[in-house]
Amino acid sequence: MPANAVKARLGVTFWLAVLWLAVVAVSAATADWWALPAFDRMDWDNLSALPGTQKSDAVLQNGGELEQRKYIYRLGTDTMGRDIVSRLIHGARISLAVGLLSPLIGFFLGGLLGCLAGYFRGRFEYLIVASMDIILAFPGLVLLLVITFYLGPTLKNLVMALGFLTIPAFSRVARARTLALSDLEFVQAARLTGAGNLMILVREIIPNVLIPLSIYGLLVVAFMIMAEGALSFLGLGVPAPTPSWGGMIAEGREVLDEAPHVSMIPAGIMFLTVLSFNLIGDGLRNFAERRTSQL
Amino acid sequence: MTTIGKKLLRFSFVVLAVTAITFLMVNILPGDVSYIIGGETATSEDIQDIRKDLGLDRHIVVRYVAWMGRVVRGDLGESYLSHEPVLDAILRRLPVTLELLIISQFLALLLALPAGIISAYRTNSFVDRLISIGGFATISIPSFVMALVTIYLFSIQLRWLPATGYTPFFEGPWANIKSFLLPALSIALIEWVVLMRVLRSDMITTLQQNYILMAKAKGLPPWKVLIQHALRPSSLTLITVFGIQIGRLLGEAVIVETIFALPGIGRLLINAIYARDYLIIQGCVLLITIGYVTINSVVDVLYVVLDPRIRTETPNAG
Repeated sequence: MPANAVKARLGVTFWLAVLWLAVVAVSAATADWWALPAFDRMDWDNLSALPGTQKSDAVLQNGGELEQRKYIYRLGTDTMGRDIVSRLIHGARISLAVGLLSPLIGFFLGGLLGCLAGYFRGRFEYLIVASMDIILAFPGLVLLLVITFYLGPTLKNLVMALGFLTIPAFSRVARARTLALSDLEFVQAARLTGAGNLMILVREIIPNVLIPLSIYGLLVVAFMIMAEGALSFLGLGVPAPTPSWGGMIAEGREVLDEAPHVSMIPAGIMFLTVLSFNLIGDGLRNFAERRTSQL
Repeated sequence: MTTIGKKLLRFSFVVLAVTAITFLMVNILPGDVSYIIGGETATSEDIQDIRKDLGLDRHIVVRYVAWMGRVVRGDLGESYLSHEPVLDAILRRLPVTLELLIISQFLALLLALPAGIISAYRTNSFVDRLISIGGFATISIPSFVMALVTIYLFSIQLRWLPATGYTPFFEGPWANIKSFLLPALSIALIEWVVLMRVLRSDMITTLQQNYILMAKAKGLPPWKVLIQHALRPSSLTLITVFGIQIGRLLGEAVIVETIFALPGIGRLLINAIYARDYLIIQGCVLLITIGYVTINSVVDVLYVVLDPRIRTETPNAG
């Protein structure tokens, strides 16, 4: 059988994706230490400058005001003459923070509700499923717009609002998984040995739901990075001058015809990052499936 | 009978809950439409008068019940700012959003059907991998980026299609379709992936069935087997996903309408949120929720029509 002959392995694209995310994460973490112009330093002589433009008297973020040196805008500058590399690296902080933190809310709340609903069934399950239906039917963008517009577009509000919207998706996955697990022998065995509901949930169900739920979470991370970008693009993300990828793409819109790189470089970076999360999530899912089918 | 009754009950419950939450959310948050109507010079007495005129000084529960009472009679109220009836404002923009959604779904299916069928028929082949890679690539591009890329390619570089603007259908059908192509493409290039993936996986299962073997044994050409025998039983999940996607699509529509300056529901809603024009927000949310719930109910019914096996389980439902 060819299906069994294929060994469970992750492939080159998977590791390339991991490598890319590592580069983005390390750059974001070390953003303040690089010899770059500050992300909000404008250079009126080089507006929307092409990648590779040289500047002889650049002031860098960790040097003093008087220390000027030669600097190359490796990825060009934006419409206000700000270095794109510097803005990309600082913007990665917002994208990664929103992308990684908001799914955590759905992961814990949605995952727990889904496990409980799938395990206890009956009225309780009906209640959970019905409330998830309401969240799903609720136009999510309205919630996001209202929260960021009225309560202020702070990082915390963004993460909370986006995270809330991921709850139904996580709870569905967790519930489906729990339903499947409840009938398996090891759960029945635990019940026969006299384990209580809490014991079975904590020892048998939840550990087996965690891995598929985390893998699913990676796909949600990808989606959240795009959602944060869309909000920034609509002007409802973290406010200027803090750079974010979506905001950078939006700013480049006015010069799309003369200087497409101003929009397209951040768009490309966001694409690679989202793609990496998608590839890693999909790779791990296939890996997990093959592992179980080989048992 | 009871299944339809249950469905209707659930339907109304979801609509009530969603509109109530929106009402509460929009009203408890700081800021108020009366400050916008009053302008910057308004004194606090002026604001109080405006609030009294609009009925905003009443308790929120009273206002929600009054609003719901009028909605049941078909009156959605009027905009606080333009004094246009909310129903008129929505109906005027609804065709734009509907056209956008229909064209984008058409384009998405146009991509997803052949791609899904081919990749299921030739699993793990070069074409299958190519389609899978293409899917991963386009699903990783958010609609606002896709919109910019299509504008750059088709409008700035090739000069085939207009970047923004909208022509009403009756003033120029071709110009109207043209103004929808780029926005619809920006949505379709994301949506097709999900459709293609579910079709592919269902189709792979179907192709292992005995009646497919039978059809092949009868000597039918592959395309006939695929389209006449395998496609229908493989499209069940596709249709469900189609329904679920609608909620997300409306979110995409807001963004795409903004970028391409299309006067649809999405822009009406965004502008209303900016202006705190509560009744317009309420009207749009009501419409979107009813639309979402209706489409999902229709999907349930379609499911029964397409799969006879479900029909036999509930003999009176069809």
